[in-house]
Parts: sequence; structure tokens; C-alpha cells
Amino acid sequence: MSPTTRGRGRRPATGSPRLDVDALLRDRGTRIIVCCGAGGVGKTTTAAALALRAAEQGRSVVVLTIDPARRLAQSMGLEQLDNTPREVKGVDAAAGGRLDAMMLDMKRTFDEIVESHSTPEKAQQILANPFYQALSSSFAGTQEYMAMEKLGQLRAEADRGGTWDLVVVDTPPSRSAPDFLDAPQRLGSFLDGRFIKLLLAPAKVGGKAYLKVFSSGVNLVTNTLTKVLGAQVLRDIQTFVAALDTMFGGFRERADVTYRLLQEKGTSFVVVAAPEGDALREASYFVDRLAAERMPLSGLVLNRVHDVVAGSLSAERSIAAAETLTERKVHPLTAQLLRLHAERAQVATREKALTTRFTAAHPDVPIARVPAFAQDVHDLDGLRQVGRDLTA
Amino acid sequence: MPNGERDWDGVRLHVVTGKGGTGKTTTAAALALALARGGKRVLLVEVENRQGIAQVFDVPPLSYAETKVASAAGGGTVMAMAVEAKAALLEYLQLFYKLGRAAGVLEKFGAIDFATTIAPGIRDVLLTGKVYEAVRRRDNGRPVYDAVVLDAPPTGRIVRFLNVNAEVVGLAKIGPIRNQADSITTLLRSPQTVVHLVTLLEEMPVQETADGARHLAAADLPVGGVVVNLVREAVLPVRRLAAAGKFSLDADEVAAGLAEAGLPASAAVVDGLLVEARDHAARLALEKRERAEVDDIGRPVYELPALASGVDLGGLYLLADRLTEQGMA
Repeated sequence: MSPTTRGRGRRPATGSPRLDVDALLRDRGTRIIVCCGAGGVGKTTTAAALALRAAEQGRSVVVLTIDPARRLAQSMGLEQLDNTPREVKGVDAAAGGRLDAMMLDMKRTFDEIVESHSTPEKAQQILANPFYQALSSSFAGTQEYMAMEKLGQLRAEADRGGTWDLVVVDTPPSRSAPDFLDAPQRLGSFLDGRFIKLLLAPAKVGGKAYLKVFSSGVNLVTNTLTKVLGAQVLRDIQTFVAALDTMFGGFRERADVTYRLLQEKGTSFVVVAAPEGDALREASYFVDRLAAERMPLSGLVLNRVHDVVAGSLSAERSIAAAETLTERKVHPLTAQLLRLHAERAQVATREKALTTRFTAAHPDVPIARVPAFAQDVHDLDGLRQVGRDLTA
Repeated sequence: MPNGERDWDGVRLHVVTGKGGTGKTTTAAALALALARGGKRVLLVEVENRQGIAQVFDVPPLSYAETKVASAAGGGTVMAMAVEAKAALLEYLQLFYKLGRAAGVLEKFGAIDFATTIAPGIRDVLLTGKVYEAVRRRDNGRPVYDAVVLDAPPTGRIVRFLNVNAEVVGLAKIGPIRNQADSITTLLRSPQTVVHLVTLLEEMPVQETADGARHLAAADLPVGGVVVNLVREAVLPVRRLAAAGKFSLDADEVAAGLAEAGLPASAAVVDGLLVEARDHAARLALEKRERAEVDDIGRPVYELPALASGVDLGGLYLLADRLTEQGMA
């Protein structure tokens, strides 16, 4: 199955089609944009730049960031991690749009789910459980799961209140790219699994009848767990699972809803990468994965691209000319500038070769390129510049 | 190679972290090569299943089995492995509990998957546990590895990763898991361990490095050196750099030079070169500011050059030489 692509621009004579970012942002049918990719490629900045550009073109946007760099967060008025979207100051509202931004508080999001799915007493019991506390703050994957949960909440809120017509999300800096796709399902399959039933068995009334369902392996497993984990840890886990039992249906349902949301036509995935081997490999993997999950891909944003300005001079010619000048002991300035140019041209050539590995495997994926800046982006003007570059 | 002062004598476990995209894996690989010089045996470990080590050494994907990936100067050996949580758990259970059949049953009931993917922190306990085992492993009374280099998770997750055993201590008051966690924590906080941070001279990586060093220290984890990666040589002398930054280099002189060398001296080419020079000056000015920030962290700083062609196996040896020259290994 080939990835569904939207917002596609005209295809140039050679190479990949250009990703038409403005068409994507202006299309009122675009309701969710998910920015994903390897760590350290500028996902958060891309998400913020897309959100700002959409807002200044008249969309009502909320952007969910996961772990923004401090100064970028400050520029958007995100001083605190409180799970509340706040209006970003300094956005040009002439076109009638607005921009709200928020930072994900993973533990709080988890707490809220617990609270909304159980009685107050039961919620208290769960929140106080040591196993829950560890799970909600450090479980490998909680952040991914909570990011998706928050996305679902924001979208539902947008549908209800009509405050926003576009939700832009950044994804967590995962161990590997698809973690945030897998986390909800992983939790779901765990909740459906035999292991949970096993953990629940001793805590249930009429546990004996329940146990009959299983083979004699049950005792072996329980004994082993006690031996390895210690009785106290196992008890904590069992208490937690028992308390959570009533919420399982809700959990699974929400995970399914979010998953389907990601497959909807109004959702657009933007894969973010930099012209580096690892980042492009991850991007490739992600594109394939989205296709397999039938999730709609808009295209690739390639950040930090080094281009030459004096384009007509190759690195080889420049080096040869610099050597000639140095030998003749004339025009040292020109020789230095030529060496500088050669270095830059070499970098550009290497990046192009790396990018070709991606484009050769995915010739139909539209690409938007953003040149490398000397400075990092940490104000709205910087984000606007990224927005212009994305659409240049 | 000059074998002068070495900064980390006595260290058995080198943890290498850094912001994503700064060259963590390359640095860890170069460090392992440098440490293996002169007949040493070094184990290089990755824990995130990225197969980054296999790529830099240009070898087939690594598995849980320790495999030789390179020879170092003077008969040294670099072994490497990719630690995977499930294999580590099964090995651990076998080693300490002689589980046999029970392991199969645990697997069947989903307990293994639970432990390695869902249960909080257990995955990281297992990964650090395997590293601990490799550091402590002995044969005929002496350590099997002179040093272990860990290509660790990025700076943003490193404290949680290394500190996971201390967290488990909060969760499990007694019992075998508690004992295991205690031993790992003791090693990680001992003088036998250092955590090196890799950065580029750019704002975000430097900021993250400074934050990371502070967070590590706050968690009682020993901060090692800061490795500044992809350092470029200055091509323009200082006074020209200033003029380049102001876009006031002599355009006519540049054009005359191009003509002398037989290159097209059109306004577009001259302008292009001047714009590139201005970008270069801006970039160097930023790097200088960021370098001052790196120095402020107050840890030993090592530099690795940007290799024009990118890093291949030959380049890796070159980087290892640079680390040795600077006393990191």
C-alpha cells in the first residue's frame, strides 16, 4: 500500500515533488498535523512554525509540544508545565486566526484519566499506589501514550467547543520512531492479556473458579514472580491492577479511538528529518510504517540543509584554483574564500547523497527543505522565518 | 602515540551521552578504540536497538552475543554488543534463579513482555544490569574487560536511565530486585564510572549539555568530560573574519583572484562567495560564544574535528588518535 499523500505540489522535472505546506495549512479539511521523526532533528520547532503560520493565515490552532527547548518555550509563553493551552502573545490575528500552545504534563494527564474513569475513592487508591506512581512518571512509553491521549482530548475539545479547527502535535523523543504508535496498542494488548488475568486472579472474589481456566502454570508463575520481584512488589502490582480493573474498558477504548483518529482523512503526518544518515533512516522507516498503518502522510520536512550560494563552482574546481593562487603567492583572500566554498560544497554534496537514499526509496513523498541557520530559533520571528522557508 | 597523562585512569565504565544528532555513537566508538590501544580489551555496548555501532564499524548488525568489531593499535580489541531487555531478563533469571521451565511459562503468560515493555523502569534496570555484569565479569581472577563503553540514551533521558535503580529502591523495599538495584547504583556512583557528554557548538546541544551535567551531579552520578564534536578549522584569519561578517570584504580583489585562477568572475559568483563568508563568520561567532558556555560547565573538554567526508572506519581511528592525544584515553 502506498502512502496517502495530500497537499502535494507540482512535481518538478526530476526528483521528489515539493511539499506544499501552505496548501496543507489552508485546507480546512486538515484537522490534525502530527510531526514525527528521530530526536534532534527540529521536530518541536517545525511543529511550532507550522502552527504559527496556520494561525497567521486565519486558522484557530492549538499546538501541543512535548519537551521544547527553554527559550523556544518562553517565546511562546510556555513558562509552566500545567497541561493548559494558553494563547500565544504576539501572533498576527489580522486574518482572524489564533494560536494556543501547551506543554504535555504526562503524569497529570495520566492522573486525569484515572480520575475521570473511577469513583473518587478508587481514584485515590490508585493515585497513592507506589506502582502507579512509578508507572505514571517513568514507564517507558507513558509519554508516548499520554501524548496520544492528549491529542485525542484536544481534538474532542476542538469538536465540542469549536475553539480550534487545527491541532498540531509534536511527538516525544522516542527511543525509536514508532514508539508513540506502538505504546497505546502495547498497553491495550497488555490489558487484554493473560498476564493481567493472572495478576487479578488472587484478588478476585471466587478466584478459585477463575484459576481453573489456567493450567497448573499459574502457581509456577506466581511463585517465580514472588521469588524475583519479592512479595511486596507483587502485592503492589496486584492491588494496582485490581483497582484499575474497572477502567480497563475505558483505557482500551480510548487507545482505539486515538488510533482511528490518526487514520482519519483530516489527519496529516509530517515526517521531520535532517540530512544525516540516522535521521533519514528513521524517516524512511516511519514512512513505511505509516503506510502499513494506513495513516495519511503529507510529506517530509528536511531541516538544516546546507546549500551553496556560489552554485556554479564545484568543490574540485575551487580547491584546484585555491591551490593555484597559493602557489603563485597571489590573491590570498580569494584562495581562502574558495577553500571555504569547497568545504561548504562538500557538505552539500554529502547531504544530497544521503537524501537520495531516502528519495530513491520513496520517490513519491513530497519534500520541503529548510536551510541551516547559524542561530537557533527562539522567538516568533524565527518561527515565521522557518514558516517562510518551509513554503519557499 | 604519546602516552602521557590520561584523565580517566581507574575508570572501568565510560557512559557516553549527548543530545540526539551530536555524534554520541561515533564518539563512544572512537573512545572504545582509544581505550583499547596497547593490548587492552574493551566492550562497547548499545542499549537502544539502533544498530548504530554496527553502522560506524561497518559490520553486520550486533546481537546480544559479544562480537569483535575492531582491532586497536598495539593488539587491543574492541568487542561490541547490543543489549536487549528480553534477552537480559531471560539471562538474569537463568543465572540467578536457574529457572529452566518456569522461564518458558513466564513467557507464555506474557510476564516477560510485561516486564520488558510495560512495567515501569524494569527495562532500564535490565539494560543497566547487563552493563553492570560486563563491568564486573572476571575470569581467572582478573576482569574480562579493561573498560566498558556504553553508548547511552540521549542527554534528555540519561539521568532517568542511570538512576532507574535508585527509583526501584523506592519501589521494592526488600527482595532480590532490590539487592540487584543496590549493587548497580553503587557501581554507577563510584569512581569507577564516568558519564561523558557529547555536544556540538550550537545553542540547544550546549544548553542541554549544561543542564545534563547539572542533573547528573544532582543525582550523584559522576560527570566525566565534555566532547565537542564536529569542530571546524578556521579558514579565514581573524581580521578578515570581522570584515566578512560585516560583508565588507573587497569584492574587486575577490574578482581579480578568480580571474587570475581562470574561474568565472561574475558578480553572482563573487557575491555568492561573500555571502558564504558572512555565514561562516556568523557561525564562528556563535561557536565562540557556545565554546565559552562549554568551558563554564567546568569539566575537561575534548575536541573532535569535522571530517569532510563524514565518518568511516578510517575516520574512526583518526578520531580515536585525537582523543588519545588529548588525554581522554
